[in-house]
Amino acid sequence: MFSKLQFSKAALTALAGVSVLALAACSGAAAPAESTSAAGSATDAITVYNAQHESLTQAWVDEFTKETGIKVTVRNGDDLELSNQIIAEGAKSPADVFLTENSPAMTQVENAGLFADISAKVQEQVPAEYRPSTNKWAGIAARSTVFAYDTTKLKADQLPKSLMDLADPAWKGRWAASPSGADFQAIVSAMLELEGEDATLSWLKSMKENFKAYKGNSTAMKAVNAGEVEGAVIYHYYWFGDQNKTGENSKNVAMHYFKNEDPGAFVSISGGGVLASSQHQDNASKFLEYVTGKAGQTILQTGTSFEYPVGSGVAANEKLTPLADLQAPKIDPAKLNSAKVTELMTQAGLL
Amino acid sequence: MTSEHSTTADGAPGATISPSAAGGRGSRLGPRPVVVLCLLIAAFSLLPLGFVVVATANAGWDTVVKLVFRPRVGELLFNTLSLVLVTVPLCVVLGIGGAWLVERTRLAGHKAWAVLLAAPLAIPAFVNSYAWVSAIPSLGGIFGGVLISVLSYFPLVYIPVAAVLSRLDPALEQSAASLGLGPWRVFYRVVLPQLRLAAAGGALLVALHLLAEYGAFAMIAFDTFTTAIYDQYRSTFNGAAANMLASVLVLFCLLLLVAESKSRGSARYARVGAGVQSNPTRLALGMWQLPGQLALVALTVLAFGVPLWHVGRWLLAGGSEIWVRDDLLTALLQTLGYGLAGAALTTVLAFPLAYLVVRHPGPFSKVLEAVNYISSSMPGIVVALALVTITVHNVPAIYQTSVVLVAAYALLFMPRALVNLRAGLAQVPRELDEAAQALGKPPLIAFLRVTLRLSAPAAAGGAALVFLGIVNELTATLLLAPNGTRTLATAFWSLSSEIDYMGAAPYALLMIVLSAPMTYLLFVQSKKAAGQ
Repeated sequence: MFSKLQFSKAALTALAGVSVLALAACSGAAAPAESTSAAGSATDAITVYNAQHESLTQAWVDEFTKETGIKVTVRNGDDLELSNQIIAEGAKSPADVFLTENSPAMTQVENAGLFADISAKVQEQVPAEYRPSTNKWAGIAARSTVFAYDTTKLKADQLPKSLMDLADPAWKGRWAASPSGADFQAIVSAMLELEGEDATLSWLKSMKENFKAYKGNSTAMKAVNAGEVEGAVIYHYYWFGDQNKTGENSKNVAMHYFKNEDPGAFVSISGGGVLASSQHQDNASKFLEYVTGKAGQTILQTGTSFEYPVGSGVAANEKLTPLADLQAPKIDPAKLNSAKVTELMTQAGLL
Repeated sequence: MTSEHSTTADGAPGATISPSAAGGRGSRLGPRPVVVLCLLIAAFSLLPLGFVVVATANAGWDTVVKLVFRPRVGELLFNTLSLVLVTVPLCVVLGIGGAWLVERTRLAGHKAWAVLLAAPLAIPAFVNSYAWVSAIPSLGGIFGGVLISVLSYFPLVYIPVAAVLSRLDPALEQSAASLGLGPWRVFYRVVLPQLRLAAAGGALLVALHLLAEYGAFAMIAFDTFTTAIYDQYRSTFNGAAANMLASVLVLFCLLLLVAESKSRGSARYARVGAGVQSNPTRLALGMWQLPGQLALVALTVLAFGVPLWHVGRWLLAGGSEIWVRDDLLTALLQTLGYGLAGAALTTVLAFPLAYLVVRHPGPFSKVLEAVNYISSSMPGIVVALALVTITVHNVPAIYQTSVVLVAAYALLFMPRALVNLRAGLAQVPRELDEAAQALGKPPLIAFLRVTLRLSAPAAAGGAALVFLGIVNELTATLLLAPNGTRTLATAFWSLSSEIDYMGAAPYALLMIVLSAPMTYLLFVQSKKAAGQ
């Protein structure tokens, strides 16, 4: 009994020690959040709700903090998850800046009246075609829809002429997509805008019969490479990104651009905006100015994201097909309706 | 007396112990502060269930019909049901088979095998999935889902069954043999029925894990209710469709609880009579030695070897470049911080509940237990969805703070602490406490000096298991963590979803390294509780 008591005492001391350590760790973790609530100084930290690729935004944040000394806390999520979260948080949202991969989520926040105007400098840096006429947000990058296909299975003349063709029963079981992702939902929103609700719903229902679902565009491309499906509707940069690493997941894959102003030639604009509720308007604007400025856009050109720059006259990475050659359909980003897309996709059984 | 079923691997909600050991007087509910505390904890743990009920009621019947009675829900139902119906029996067969080989046969090296069969628990299911997808890129569908889950979860059956097998009274088997039954029929008619409680408890745990798992299935594109709820969350934050799917999932969990409690039956398993039971006998394997060894080698290679091999392969391929010191250190520290805070809070909250159940058994403590049993079966995604919605609308002061995340961990992992504490408290004679009081110590001091101290090892064991759960938790962490948080699990997840398998490898390794000692502790504890 004596030795047991001794042991329990040791265990109890250990437990107490553990609690103290844990509390210390927690208060450490909470520290950056507290510092954001302090008002005033030019080095005030900002919070970015980020739906862009984590690695790209991290590159922006690291450079920005190095240049300005302003600390940035990042919350990562998906376009529509974060836009809906910002709307649910309302005026109390901790977010100062919102970055997305596609514009429907920006439009949603804009329609909820939660964005402040972008600064004159941002307007100057981003050409009018890459920002809405309301100037509530600005394009920060762009990406093109592609049909990534297995070169061992499909020849050039067997490729679909239009994205709409993939609804054909001939394509049953042969193609893939990531319907739960914001990227694919943005492509559908373009289709909705170009072809109308009835055509889109019927296409989605055929898609449900024909396609194979994957989580994430990378995984869909990997499936094409592994021969599970013949092609996948994704964005262009996944292929370049993988080629830049080991190329292991894209060695049998080539990209087909639909062009011809097809819904499948949709070029999606990634957006950035400053929240009206932000307590750090100046620093938030500085961040957006940095991202759309020469330095921020050059990270798109020279980095490993392989997205298209849209601001400050920075050219795309030379490996990419120039944006001007893609014959994308002309679409006003403000008209892309994400809520309707989610509803139609839920109705078609894709979500 | 040792409790019948307090040894379940993972804080089985199905575990029950006989409280009469403590000789309680059932008429009083217990000390008032403890009762109030317990009521508060119970109310808190019913939040997720309440949220689902309210959300369903608020949505209105038309929305419910539109969002629940649709083909997609049918598909998810089919996937989830077939996953449970195929995986659970396979886990039971592997778990019982492995335990029997290790505990009751003259298997060469049975001591080493006993540990090795529990080892796959140290590999989080989503790391297992990552390894298998690296090995077979086309892995997916129900086959993939079953493969990953069986390999990840069979130890949940193996551990409690092995613990029971190692202390079965051989007298019953000897009687059966003397009455003319051969070894196989003895196993089937005498041994197997006595494993029912442990196997059913383990099977329930496996089933609940299957319903709650997100990462492992998302990685191989196999859709269950949980993955579909997360997809809806990603498109709508907290839309009606996600809530409706959550209520169907909750219904599913409740049905499982009922099924498990029915399968327990009413037979008595305790040994009655004077004298000490002898050690179980071991069956000679003879010509079956080699096939037995081969089967165990195959199982261990698939469940443990494959994940380790592929994590190692990606580590080698990545070289020194993937060891980004600052990122790894931050993730490690945050994981440790949340793990320790969660384990401490959960253990503290479990104390009053365990105390009432053991020292004041009666209808009230039964209800408390039942509440805990139900709330513990809620998947992480449901708990997170409930807490995020409630805090953003009603309690903005704690919204997106570590407080909410730690509270969610306490909700999710309370049974792990509770089961251990219950067993520990039941073994502290209340007479010691009374003696201290008789010697002039006030009740609280007597409790602190005697009961608390003696139950500390059990509390530490429970806390370790909670810690293990938190290290590998993904969905609640993704939804509830404060801005800027990056744990090992979420960092691993974000890298591996971008198919940066090399970058994800160090995180996978760290999770395995953190989990390994906890798994070993769990294994040792189950043996100890079984009286070895």
